[in-house]
Amino acid sequence: MEQSTNTISVNKVGLSRNDYRGAPSTLCQGCGHNGIAAQIVAACYEMNLIPEKVVKFSGIGCSSKSPTYFLGRSFSFNGLHGRMPSLALGAMFADHTLKAIGLSGDGDSASIGLGQFKHMVRRNLPMVYIVENNGVYGLTKGQFSATADRGLSMKKQGTNPYTPVDIAMEALVSNATFVARSFAGDPRQVKELIKAAIAHNGIAVLDIISPCVTFGNHEDSLHSYAFGKEHEEPLHEIAFVPARDEITVDDFEEGTTRDVTLHDGSQVILKKLEKDYDPTSRWQALRMLEQAQENNWLVTGLIYVEPNTPSMYDLYAMPETPLNRMTEKQLRPTRESLQKINEMIF
Amino acid sequence: MANSKSIINDFCITFSTVNGSGSATANTTLMRALFRMGIPVSGKNIFPSNIQGQPTWYTLRLSKKGYLARVEKDDIIVAMNPTTLAREITYLAEGGVLLVPDDFKLGDLRSDIIVYPMPVKRIIREAEVTPGLRDYIANMVYVGTVAWMLGIDMDLIHQALDFHFKGKQKAVDTNFNVVKAAYDWSKENLEKKDIYHVEPMHGVDGYIMSDGNTAAALGSIYGGLQFAAWYPITPATSLAESLNEYLPELRKDPETGKDTCVVVQSEDELAAIGMAIGAGWGGLRAMTSTSGPGLSLMSEYIGLAYFAEVPVVIWDVQRVGPSTGMPTRTAQGDVTMANFISHGDTQMILLIPGTINECFEFGWKAFDIAERLQTPVIVLSDLDFGMNQWVTPKFEYPDRPMDRGKVLWEVDLEKKLKEWNGTWGRYLDVDGDGIPYRTLPGNQDPRSGYFARGTSHDEYALYSEAPEIWERVFNRIARKFVTALQYLPKPVMSETPKAEIGIISSGSADPAVVEARDLLLERGIKTDYLRIRSIPFSTEVESFLKSHKEIFVVEINRDGQLLQLLTMAFPGQAEKMIKTAHMDGLPLTARWIIEQFMNKVEA
Repeated sequence: MEQSTNTISVNKVGLSRNDYRGAPSTLCQGCGHNGIAAQIVAACYEMNLIPEKVVKFSGIGCSSKSPTYFLGRSFSFNGLHGRMPSLALGAMFADHTLKAIGLSGDGDSASIGLGQFKHMVRRNLPMVYIVENNGVYGLTKGQFSATADRGLSMKKQGTNPYTPVDIAMEALVSNATFVARSFAGDPRQVKELIKAAIAHNGIAVLDIISPCVTFGNHEDSLHSYAFGKEHEEPLHEIAFVPARDEITVDDFEEGTTRDVTLHDGSQVILKKLEKDYDPTSRWQALRMLEQAQENNWLVTGLIYVEPNTPSMYDLYAMPETPLNRMTEKQLRPTRESLQKINEMIF
Repeated sequence: MANSKSIINDFCITFSTVNGSGSATANTTLMRALFRMGIPVSGKNIFPSNIQGQPTWYTLRLSKKGYLARVEKDDIIVAMNPTTLAREITYLAEGGVLLVPDDFKLGDLRSDIIVYPMPVKRIIREAEVTPGLRDYIANMVYVGTVAWMLGIDMDLIHQALDFHFKGKQKAVDTNFNVVKAAYDWSKENLEKKDIYHVEPMHGVDGYIMSDGNTAAALGSIYGGLQFAAWYPITPATSLAESLNEYLPELRKDPETGKDTCVVVQSEDELAAIGMAIGAGWGGLRAMTSTSGPGLSLMSEYIGLAYFAEVPVVIWDVQRVGPSTGMPTRTAQGDVTMANFISHGDTQMILLIPGTINECFEFGWKAFDIAERLQTPVIVLSDLDFGMNQWVTPKFEYPDRPMDRGKVLWEVDLEKKLKEWNGTWGRYLDVDGDGIPYRTLPGNQDPRSGYFARGTSHDEYALYSEAPEIWERVFNRIARKFVTALQYLPKPVMSETPKAEIGIISSGSADPAVVEARDLLLERGIKTDYLRIRSIPFSTEVESFLKSHKEIFVVEINRDGQLLQLLTMAFPGQAEKMIKTAHMDGLPLTARWIIEQFMNKVEA
């Protein structure tokens, strides 16, 4: 007789998938954001992250609600519209040994947040920064966002007259060290990219097209399931291999793959499709995005990666002990030093 | 030697120069030399919002009685700016002195004044100064002539220059040679006809010379500051720059040589406050420094910190507003904004230093208060304190250990959970003082994490829109501000026997009030004085209001903002309070305060 076991499968740090879950989602059924939350759970589980070693951040909007729906044990701070990057920067200096995951949206990052987004990028703050991009304001019931396509029509709004902001392009021109684009309807790719982003030592921008099933799922919109499924052009198939795992190139045939070694020794393996694409060339990345725009392609995959640029932490002489564990003795200069100051400033 | 008509250690010199001409070095050199003689001296810079070319004035006031407020007269004018010369001569006191380059056209002069010409161009030409430096060093000529005229020892000038240039020998020599040449020329060619003299005294024993921004930065460093984010803005910029100046020396870990404080220049004030609040939430002693326009930008994030209960310290070095206003002039115009900043019902803890020494003291105290109460603390300084040099008692080392507030690390949480039957809620008021316990990111206990947010939440930090939960949590936050009173600096009081009139004031209005009270007493008007150092107001403020027939509330703004807050806090005393508010961009004078009293008394 087969014995029923209560054994729940656990990862290398002894945690089950449940330990990575959050509260049940209150977003719409079928919202792309829920799929992304599920892939964050899967990525963290598979990478053996301890939830207490992760801090979540978000701004304002549907996307920014989603940190509630994954990693329920982690610390989290839901900040202001478009201003999560500054909040995260300050908080991460409290304990730079933690991993930061930021959840933002197109309304959050491409409008009021564009300034903070670009400055976070140029500082190379180590952080996974996911933009759940649907081209529409959901919580206020359907207005165009800054990433909506020009010429797109919505019932109450009429036709969008403006050109869209391209998140990946903005990240690239600000010298982001990791830029990827994906589609919420492609969970496997989303997960692999999240894993690579977590391993990256620097800012990792993930622009994930995440259709709004309620307000923005028009068939002709770049941010819809129908468009995504039909027009998605993966640059490559992608697999992430953590540093500690033995690299087996399972279904990647010799000669058609390209490995990118990240800072911690882990690797991203890209399997070439038809294009000869080099994700370490910023120039090629920009050209590719320009081409995609002209041809109305939704190009997904790892667009650009530069693993060796110093991160923001490297620019400061950070002690090994997290700053927030420092004691009074380490923080308050001596009485004698103040005497010296008093004499010095006459 | 001084004759019977001499005026010793009790007069004002105004230096009229062109902005960007290096006059600050000359002026502070004289101030330091006078300070070294033991003379109470204050220096006020009235400068334009301009980098180079516009007129700028610097006034040194010597006061043997120790008055540090601005006065509205000039006994001596050093006129280095031909464009403003005619107007300045009209400000000169009767029998005053004018020092002027000998190539200026003077036209018809007042007959009562004494003029000393200075051969500025000749001395500079002969001084072998590189042409690029000539304009900058020209001001050193008047340092020499003033030193001759008043009788300042050349050694003291040398010491002051040595301090200013941090011992860089070449710079000290170049400047000193010009001062010396001017001194020698003046001694040989001029005859002293005026009555102004300086003599050594013991008026500033145990004092130092500092500006308020340096004091605030040092105080913050001794308060264990760990994270500062800032964006350049006059008059707050030098606060953050002082952090950068002193941190490398004071805050390197002796064992590892690593920095124990991080300073980030942000892209704007919206980001500066976001960073500081993130750091405060993460458990760092975090601050930002700004001025009115920056504080306006920060208002939304400060509201989040209030509601999510994040400790953070914000220094507002006030300038004249609204809008861009007068960026280089002083005011106390942000009091009500700071008190109520952000939308919804909010309340801030305000600290208002009234001396430079208090800028240091509140620098460290602000962190204790912010972390104890888990709420933003706004420290209201201003341009007059922040950017001018003051004589002040030596900075005092903190008299108590740091108060890090109710923080639970792994062992603390374990212990408390046993005590609390296994439940902990981030916003649960277990002690009945309105202040909950907080955990910090990095805590490895799986029960420690919580979701901080600006949206409505219950005692366990979970999202909730239930009316009763909102009201319960929100009213509990208000209770913290009652608890706050025991942690805030009490007002400072000064009484005169049988006085029935009270004066309430704060911040940099203090020196003018102190002087005005003495002068009023000479006219037979007795006053008691209460200087407010924190808001919400303590019970002492209410007693003071109750025990006086009328109370003048003296402040540097148009609408009487401190008066507005006092009126709201103590409506029963409102009719006794007299608005005594004035703002023209300049520091308050005793003369103006006395005028308000006399108007009221005569009316």
